[in-house]
Amino acid sequence: MTIILGLEGTAWNLGAALVSEESVLYEAESTYKPKYGGIHPREAAQHHAAELKEVVSRALTGAKEKEAGFSLKSIDAIAFSQGPGMGPCLRTVATAARALSLSLKIPLIGVNHCIAHIEIGRWRCGVKDPVILYVSGANSQVLAYRSGRYRVLGETLDIGIGNALDKFARYLGLSHPGGPKIEELASKGTTYMYMPYIVKGMDLSFSGLTTAAKEAVDSHPDEKEDVCYSFQETAFAMLTEVTERAMAHCGKDELLLAGGVGANRRLQQMLRTMCQDRGGTFYVPENRYLKDNGAMIAYLGLLMLTSGVTTPLERSRVKPNYRPDEVEVTWRE
Amino acid sequence: MRSSNERFQCAEAIVELKGELVYKRRIEKRYRVREIDERIRKERTKSEAKIISEARRKGVPTPIIVDVEEYELVMERVDGNLAKEVIDEDVSERIGEFVGILHKNGIIHGDLTTSNIMVGKDNRIYFIDFGLSFIESSTEARGVDVHVFFQSLKGTHESHEQLKESFITGYKRTFSDASQVLKRAEEIERRGRYVER
Ligand SMILES: Nc1ncnc2c1ncn2[C@@H]1O[C@H](COP(=O)(O)OP(=O)(O)OP(=O)(O)O)[C@@H](O)[C@H]1O
Ligand SMILES: Nc1ncnc2c1ncn2[C@@H]1O[C@H](COP(=O)(O)OP(=O)(O)O)[C@@H](O)[C@H]1O
Ligand SMILES: [Mg+2]
Ligand SMILES: [Mg+2]
Repeated sequence: MTIILGLEGTAWNLGAALVSEESVLYEAESTYKPKYGGIHPREAAQHHAAELKEVVSRALTGAKEKEAGFSLKSIDAIAFSQGPGMGPCLRTVATAARALSLSLKIPLIGVNHCIAHIEIGRWRCGVKDPVILYVSGANSQVLAYRSGRYRVLGETLDIGIGNALDKFARYLGLSHPGGPKIEELASKGTTYMYMPYIVKGMDLSFSGLTTAAKEAVDSHPDEKEDVCYSFQETAFAMLTEVTERAMAHCGKDELLLAGGVGANRRLQQMLRTMCQDRGGTFYVPENRYLKDNGAMIAYLGLLMLTSGVTTPLERSRVKPNYRPDEVEVTWRE
Repeated sequence: MRSSNERFQCAEAIVELKGELVYKRRIEKRYRVREIDERIRKERTKSEAKIISEARRKGVPTPIIVDVEEYELVMERVDGNLAKEVIDEDVSERIGEFVGILHKNGIIHGDLTTSNIMVGKDNRIYFIDFGLSFIESSTEARGVDVHVFFQSLKGTHESHEQLKESFITGYKRTFSDASQVLKRAEEIERRGRYVER
């Protein structure tokens, strides 16, 4: 059995998890909550620095209690999120990962956070070769695997959908993260208001929509529910459309949803309907594997280690703009 | 080669090939609310008909539109293959030339992929699927158009790097502002989207 300790901390959630080929042994996390406004990268990094020791030892203690015979010596490698993400957060977690790797004398593995989202989904859902819709705070991409890489077929040209939801939520005076609160309000909306719908081939844009939603609230302050509903309906229809276009272009009929915004029930419903109507199949993992989590980092680390990839110290610098198509996929045939 | 009658579901339409004609019907999408669905299907059907003809007038081969209805276009059938199935460096270079002509004339295709370009039995290149097209002459719009094409190459074609180079050769040949647009397309690809919140 191979066991990997994975560390995640690209943005607001700090996570540590122990994962083997068969299962997730134990997960621990600590979430940074901004006192006001959105995520402040430096504050989030300070949160991670202050909590890291605690979170890692909770994961280790948990694994010891759960798995007879588990000890520090059982760990085969340390995996960490090398990017993409916020520079200060990435550096904090990378420093901890390097220190652990040196003191335990085990390999270090720098993993791409986007691909970790994909691989944990493939693992939990048992899906082989899907088109992937990855929607989180900063990222909104449609990807598919082809000869050794995950290729980005389409993506946002400006801000990520989660970011758009969070920004709009802040405008409504709601705290971070705003996505779930918008979902709640939207479920009470009944009347659709016109919103700009911007799709360019398989790419999309959310900044115009966010501005329009803010203006709609200004002119209809008593109809927040309808504005949220219209915002969601528009944004998610755009996402579903580009996903369908990618499935048609690649000739694939399976879809995997990944990333924190994937927790949204309405988005899931739209994607499921789209797949049904074209004779495809829709897959989504449990919520805890949609948002940022340590288990996905550990799991991708495991795939990389068992296919012979580790990260020497001199190549372990963080990559705030690390793109998924930069990664050579060594663990798939 | 498609010669018999066929009916298939594409990204957003049901396409029926009947003899010499193609019936492209934008079907209802159950996943989105009616207000969005109807608006989009109507708008796209109308603008596709308009811009497909406009492109042909500027010298870019496209199917002739025979009839336009609220949600349906009837057009001439292109006898040939999707570029996706037959693309090589020569085809890609000629695609580049025609995209240069579109852009020079203020036309943005809006969905440039090898699923929306055909190579006829007559060996000519035909552009189809103008549903997302619009009229604009900004470097940004042109850059996104080219970026979308490059992404589609990467996503589906083994020799995407050579195909991209050939496209660029053709694009530069017919369009004098090509370099500026290509530079923008590179920027769009690299654009750091991990903005601080
Ligand atoms: N039910 C929901 N509906 C809509 N958005 C949601 C929902 N739940 C969470 N979100 C959004 O998901 C986002 C968080 O996603 P995730 O946990 O993947 O983190 P992230 O920091 O954005 O990650 P990444 O580094 O992958 O961009 C936030 O923008 C949040 O508002
Ligand atoms: N004029 C035509 N001649 C031959 N085949 C066509 C024609 N128009 C469309 N098709 C076929 O139908 C498919 C889908 O049409 P398209 O206009 O691209 O619709 P969608 O918007 O759904 O992608 C094309 O990829 C092509 O195979
Ligand atoms: Mg994430
Ligand atoms: Mg098409």
